Amino acid sequence: MTTRAWLLADSPTSRWQANAGRAYRVFTALLRNPLSVLGGVIILVLLLTALFAPWIAPFSPTGQNLSQRLLPPSGVNWMGTDELGRDIFSRVVWGSQITLTIVLLVALISAPLGLLIGAIAGYFGGWVDKILMGFTDIFLSLPKLILALAFVAALGPGINNAIIAIAVTSWPAYARIARAETLTIRNAEYISAVQLAGGGPIRVIVQHILPLCTSSMIVRVTLDMAGVILTAAGLGFIGLGAQPPLPEWGAMISRGRTFILDQWWVATMPGFAIIIVSLGFCFLGDGLRDVLDPKSEGKS
Amino acid sequence: MTTEQPALTSPTGPNLSGRRARRQATAIAGFLITLFLTFLGLLAITFFIGRVIPIDPVLAVVGDRATQAQYDAAKIAMGLDRPLYEQFFSYVVNVFTGDLGRSVSTGRAVADDLSRFFPATFEMATLGILIGVVIGVPLGVTAAARQGSWLDQAIRVVGLLGYSVPAFWLGLVGLAIFYARLRWVGGPGRLDIFFDGLVTPITGMILIDSLIQGEFEIFMNALWHIILPASVLGFFSLAYIARMTRSFMLDQLSQEFVTTARVKGVPERIVIWRHAFNPIRVPLITVIGLSYAGLLEGSVMIETVFSWPGIGNYLTTALLNADMNAVLGSTLVIGAVFIVINKVSDVLYRVLDPRAR
Repeated sequence: MTTRAWLLADSPTSRWQANAGRAYRVFTALLRNPLSVLGGVIILVLLLTALFAPWIAPFSPTGQNLSQRLLPPSGVNWMGTDELGRDIFSRVVWGSQITLTIVLLVALISAPLGLLIGAIAGYFGGWVDKILMGFTDIFLSLPKLILALAFVAALGPGINNAIIAIAVTSWPAYARIARAETLTIRNAEYISAVQLAGGGPIRVIVQHILPLCTSSMIVRVTLDMAGVILTAAGLGFIGLGAQPPLPEWGAMISRGRTFILDQWWVATMPGFAIIIVSLGFCFLGDGLRDVLDPKSEGKS
Repeated sequence: MTTEQPALTSPTGPNLSGRRARRQATAIAGFLITLFLTFLGLLAITFFIGRVIPIDPVLAVVGDRATQAQYDAAKIAMGLDRPLYEQFFSYVVNVFTGDLGRSVSTGRAVADDLSRFFPATFEMATLGILIGVVIGVPLGVTAAARQGSWLDQAIRVVGLLGYSVPAFWLGLVGLAIFYARLRWVGGPGRLDIFFDGLVTPITGMILIDSLIQGEFEIFMNALWHIILPASVLGFFSLAYIARMTRSFMLDQLSQEFVTTARVKGVPERIVIWRHAFNPIRVPLITVIGLSYAGLLEGSVMIETVFSWPGIGNYLTTALLNADMNAVLGSTLVIGAVFIVINKVSDVLYRVLDPRAR
């Protein structure tokens, strides 16, 4: 039996085979959409860049060289140098680590939080639902960026606090999705079977409801990542996110503001990095949605 | 649009209209209650941010250069010796009476500051949404009418760029190109320096004030300055509006009545702009409302780049000075406007769309 036949078997013999088969089908469906392939490639490049930054970057991201300051892009300094003579390309490469850290941590904090709150609200219904969803709706109807700014103002500037602030403002959308999904599965027969067998609410929610919410959650999280990157860059730009000399892209643009009229590359180059990575997440998210969750097309 | 809702205005009988009035009254009451609860939630969040998160809220308000006497006075003035729920209650009362505290950096009441800075933001965001609607809606309709064409693809890319370009970066690049290189637009600020203070503020919006006072030259100068930041803001609402218009239009164009109209030989222009476009005007209002609210948020970044003396600039300055009263006041005002626009567009949708009533 070939690997492909094993993956596409109609009656998988183990849970592992079923999961692998499903992943394979999603993967091949994604490959048929050129834009999602492009998105996937961009994210892959981001991952590799972040992992191998020390080997990719030709110069130190923080090493200053005042005799080389504000040089235009050239064969040596691909993106030019900044006001302290640091190579901008090397800083952009190292900055990918910061962006990736922010994106991963925000996703790891806010998605499970939203998932749990939504699943609990949907499963128990009644007053629990009313209170939790009332809370969620209030958060949803507030401007995210402004709220994140206010949180960072109270917590103090810095990359960790920026991550917390962004995570705190992005869980409500996930709670809404998880609740909607839970409501559709709550009365399914297999749930009743687990309950009859003596499974308590924790067991039902964690083992039988949450796994079914993951695919729509993955779609939504991927689509939201562009927004997370922009918010993080915005916090960095205002001076509340990553602090110098960290090569965070938003903070780099902020430094380049002073030179925008004569040395345009200082502020422009990190911006291209932000745009490309955000676009990558958008493309991949769009493709994933078409494959995993076609019903939600058009809803934002 | 009034022609579309005869059911609202023409009573079909005393009994029926009475029942309808009662139902509307309940709906309005329900709307006001949600609005109030959402405001209360917003207040709870700003209260939490201002009083609970900071390790020492007094220090956050008076700053670390304050003497011990000032510190103690502030602590009692802020009521921090009282239990939390009492503090929250007096906070709510203060906010509803228009008292947002005093700003450490400007030394004035935050409410005064905000009312001074708000018109500049309002002026820019309004021009931005106008640009977004005037360009975005036709773009979206055209994209849907020629689905799959290069134009459709281009509009799709513009839509995605709206999600992935940082607003502050676009502002900077715009300044570098259109101001520094081409000299097509004015630089940062609302007016050239020698026009400053020549217009007496009436509405606070220079475009309107200068017209009222017949200062045509100043009006042109203000327009010259506002056009770039408003266009950058407009780009983001344009991207969103065009994308949503396209998807609404595609829905309509696949309906049978559109096919019927085409089969009957109705000119394509009329099929698109009358048969297909008329029904989507109502959902578009919601979209435009949402993106207007989003612009108020986006203006925070843009104002920093363009040194625009609006609420966003006030907020970022306050953030960097750790001026908590000003931060929370601006958060509250932007949040409140955001909530109201959101809820009102929601209600408009329900009033205008007979199916949602």
